[in-house]
Amino acid sequence: MRSTRAAAVGAVTLSLALAATACGGGSSTGGGSDDSPKTLTYWASNQGASIAVDKKVLQPELDRFQKQTGIKVKLEVVPWSDLLNRILAATTSGQGPDVLNIGNTWSASLQATGAFLPWDAKNFGKIGGKDRFVDSALGSTGAQGKDPAAVPLYSMAYALYYNKKIFADAGISKPPATWDELVADGKKIKAKGKSVLGAEGANVSENIHHVFVFAKQQGADFFTPDGKPDFTNPKVVDAVKSYVDLMAKDKVIPTGDAEYAQNQSVSDFAKGKQAMLLWQSAASNLKSQGMSEDAYGIAPVPVRSGTPGAGAQVDSMVAGINIAVFKNSHNLDGAVKFVKFMTSDTEQKTLNEAYTSIPPVKSAQSDAAFNTPATAVLKQTLATSAAALPQVPSESQFETTVGTAVKELFADAAAGRAITTDSVRAKLEKAQQQMPAA
Amino acid sequence: MSSTSPMARPRSFLWSRRIFLTLLTGFVLVPVYVMVSSSLKPLADVTGKFRWFPSGLTVRPYIDIWSTVPLARYFANSLIVAGAATLLSVLIAVFAAYAVSRYDFRGKRVFTVTVLSTQMFPGILFLLPLFLLYVNIGNATGIALFGSRGGLILTYLTFSLPFSIWMLIGYFDSVPRDLDEAALVDGCGPLGALLRIVVPAAIPGIVAVAVYAFMTAWGEVLFASVMTDDTTRTLAVGLQGYSTLYDVYWNQIMAASLVVSVPVVAGFLLLQRYLVAGLTAGAVK
Amino acid sequence: MTTTTLEEPVRKAPPGTAAREPRRPGRLRRVSLPYLLLLPALLLELLVHLIPMVIGIVMSFKELTQFYIRDWGTAPWSGLANYRMSVDFDAPVGEALLHSFFVTVGFTLLSVALCWLIGTAAAIYMQDTFRGRGLLRALFLIPYALPVYAAVITWVFMFQHDNGLVNHVLHDQLHLTDKPSFWLIGDNSFYALLTVSVWKGWPFAFLIVMAGLQNIPGELYEAAALDGAGIWQQIRRITLPSLRPVNQVLLLVLFLWTFNDFNTPYVLFGKSAPEAADLISVHIYQASFVTWNFGTGSAMSVLLLLFLLVVTGAYLLLTSRGRRAADV
Repeated sequence: MRSTRAAAVGAVTLSLALAATACGGGSSTGGGSDDSPKTLTYWASNQGASIAVDKKVLQPELDRFQKQTGIKVKLEVVPWSDLLNRILAATTSGQGPDVLNIGNTWSASLQATGAFLPWDAKNFGKIGGKDRFVDSALGSTGAQGKDPAAVPLYSMAYALYYNKKIFADAGISKPPATWDELVADGKKIKAKGKSVLGAEGANVSENIHHVFVFAKQQGADFFTPDGKPDFTNPKVVDAVKSYVDLMAKDKVIPTGDAEYAQNQSVSDFAKGKQAMLLWQSAASNLKSQGMSEDAYGIAPVPVRSGTPGAGAQVDSMVAGINIAVFKNSHNLDGAVKFVKFMTSDTEQKTLNEAYTSIPPVKSAQSDAAFNTPATAVLKQTLATSAAALPQVPSESQFETTVGTAVKELFADAAAGRAITTDSVRAKLEKAQQQMPAA
Repeated sequence: MSSTSPMARPRSFLWSRRIFLTLLTGFVLVPVYVMVSSSLKPLADVTGKFRWFPSGLTVRPYIDIWSTVPLARYFANSLIVAGAATLLSVLIAVFAAYAVSRYDFRGKRVFTVTVLSTQMFPGILFLLPLFLLYVNIGNATGIALFGSRGGLILTYLTFSLPFSIWMLIGYFDSVPRDLDEAALVDGCGPLGALLRIVVPAAIPGIVAVAVYAFMTAWGEVLFASVMTDDTTRTLAVGLQGYSTLYDVYWNQIMAASLVVSVPVVAGFLLLQRYLVAGLTAGAVK
Repeated sequence: MTTTTLEEPVRKAPPGTAAREPRRPGRLRRVSLPYLLLLPALLLELLVHLIPMVIGIVMSFKELTQFYIRDWGTAPWSGLANYRMSVDFDAPVGEALLHSFFVTVGFTLLSVALCWLIGTAAAIYMQDTFRGRGLLRALFLIPYALPVYAAVITWVFMFQHDNGLVNHVLHDQLHLTDKPSFWLIGDNSFYALLTVSVWKGWPFAFLIVMAGLQNIPGELYEAAALDGAGIWQQIRRITLPSLRPVNQVLLLVLFLWTFNDFNTPYVLFGKSAPEAADLISVHIYQASFVTWNFGTGSAMSVLLLLFLLVVTGAYLLLTSRGRRAADV
């Protein structure tokens, strides 16, 4: 009895002391070590049709790694809705996994927290060198001029998926190469009673990916070269407006899509309700929904005129997943070994094939699995016409504020309110003012 | 009023009652019906236009839910967390309420006011600090609070504690003091009087408090989403796993929601008699 | 104040002996026992509520952005900057907070009023025994008993634009609207949120009022009936006034719960709520977790807490004075 009470009093004193000294993330300042060389914890992002599918894909590979190195990897597949919060929690507390997947667009934001092992020449050397990776993928691993915070793992790009049968019925012989063509084709498709193009209007990240490309095509950027937000730049306003106008004015995106946030537009496409879809690596997704590979074609995302390329001809963001090492890992050496394993040619082939993504590793790309007509478009896009989202520390805030602005604009458009240059500028102005001052 | 015969009521009262209760029943039951019927529909029915009646009945969703996400594990976690939180919360609340109800001591008012005022703390204010505190305690003492069921139990039991203490104070006040005075005279200590006299007399109040504590823990989302990992995740968070899929399997979501709800709703309805009795004497004197 | 209360029991005899020992408890034991009984509750409140709250207040004076979250002790002090930013209503952050605040106040008042009204009406109507009353009472409690997530996700399903029940009924079957409405985005989202909140919350009012009604002595009604008062007059002159103390607590509890509710809007709308239904709890969540600015988020929470303290204090003061006046 007495000892419990003592313990209780001790606990209070302790917690009071902690509060008073206001110490932060505990051991997080200390950095990593090699204390437990036999185990690793790995947080994988949800890439497959479900968490169960991911486990099925990854577990055999982890077993292979254990056979090679004797290191046991504890796998947790984290759903996207939780991933960023979990990473933040891990960063704040210093207690997290050893190795983890991150959305590549978060690289610069997470880099700023200083929680990840920087990939300097020495560390890159341990996994075979920086030049094993494709340039476009490396462009989305952290702020320019700093050592990357993560290493590319899977690459993806946007493409235009179109339903061959709907196109044939509507008398359209080839997929649209420009937005004007897409709108014109839309009229024919609507005449056949199908909807034209899908969008995830309430999905903040999807919105960002698209308006980013629209801005690029206008020759504009959301950030100035020195990293300051520039959302009200007239060209940016124009770009955002023309994306929302696909619903508001051109009426190719159905108004119902304004509330989509859980990939319902992919289902609409898979079910043959809708003729086109702009998506990254949708093949495995469509297959799991029972759409056969012959039923749809894949073409580059439209541009304003001409063909996709650099500069104003950009037609996709560099999408993908990076793999990062948590600085606080108690098995830094093993963690780097694991990254080496995951980016090895064999694993790159197996994993990217399973997830129908493109390997960011050059030598793995040449494999026959990535030379099908479907992947050829994605590979081509990544190599020539994809641009990385701004690599600035406030990128994640940018996604939230501008993505929400676009969501609200879609809601307005769906409710039948006019979308004008002024209304778009007003939303973007608000978004810009919510960005951190620094 | 209940003693008077319903016959004595005027027609206007009876009619307005009929209309009001019918409308209210509809409002209450439509979502329940949607949940039940949708859980028995094939996927095509729930991804297309809404239909009141399924095109065919299937129990498939009830089989699939267990494999799409580790529902059984989440279920077990929720049972452990909610069960332990309830048990401890009731125990602690009984002691605290007994002290406040039966003793005069310095700081009594401060205690009750402080405890009750925690009811108005926005959860979001102490989410991150609590999380940091747990991590620091973990680092300093090796007691894993963060990411463990223990941490969640501790958090949840504290959530229901203020309301529970407050309700039980009211309830204990209504148990005549003569009874425990008599017990003291008979040789019981104060704790004996509490356990042998006051607690048995306050069973309805205690059940009411237990139900409340259990429901609080069973449904909480915010703290569970930050403080659990794959092995300790509870149902309220785990259920979100069904909509991270490519397609939103509404029939499975509804089936899983139903499976998750049945134990709480059944328990709640079984104990509702106590609940009303407990509230009558406790909260609303 | 907490430390003094806590030290007290430590000096005293252990409680194990207290239970077995004599019928005439010593003076000291009399004093120490209540503290011992309170100790577990106090410790837990301290650990989970009070200390974190203090830390939260400390954080609100820091510039706690993504650059410092790894070790927030090193985050620079920012004085009142976070507060200044939160209450600068001409700038967008403050303006958005103010907007969210008004939305929350409006939503809370409406929701509490409706919950109370429906709950009270149902409790009064169901005072008489009639066939099926027990069943009905059980049915009415279902929304309250359902776990929040399960209940709200069902409403999300019903509120969908293309395939939801609500549009199916309002548009396809009753033809009340020209075209299907949006419920989860845009202006209607406020009503969607209100509907769900009332659906989920009114049974609690029902329960409490039902319990309160049982404490009204039957003689009051009999006396009134003898005076020739009809049922409506009885309700107005006896039932409602007698429920006053019950309502005082009920309304306050409903107000605090609704105002701080996070689960309902979060499950209904996800991380970025539509402007029309931008409740303050989700707003602050977004300000801190989604934009990674925990300092500002904490400052906003502290302001919210101050507001609730003032409202609760004023409410208790006013109602207790009102009650005292009524008693005279």
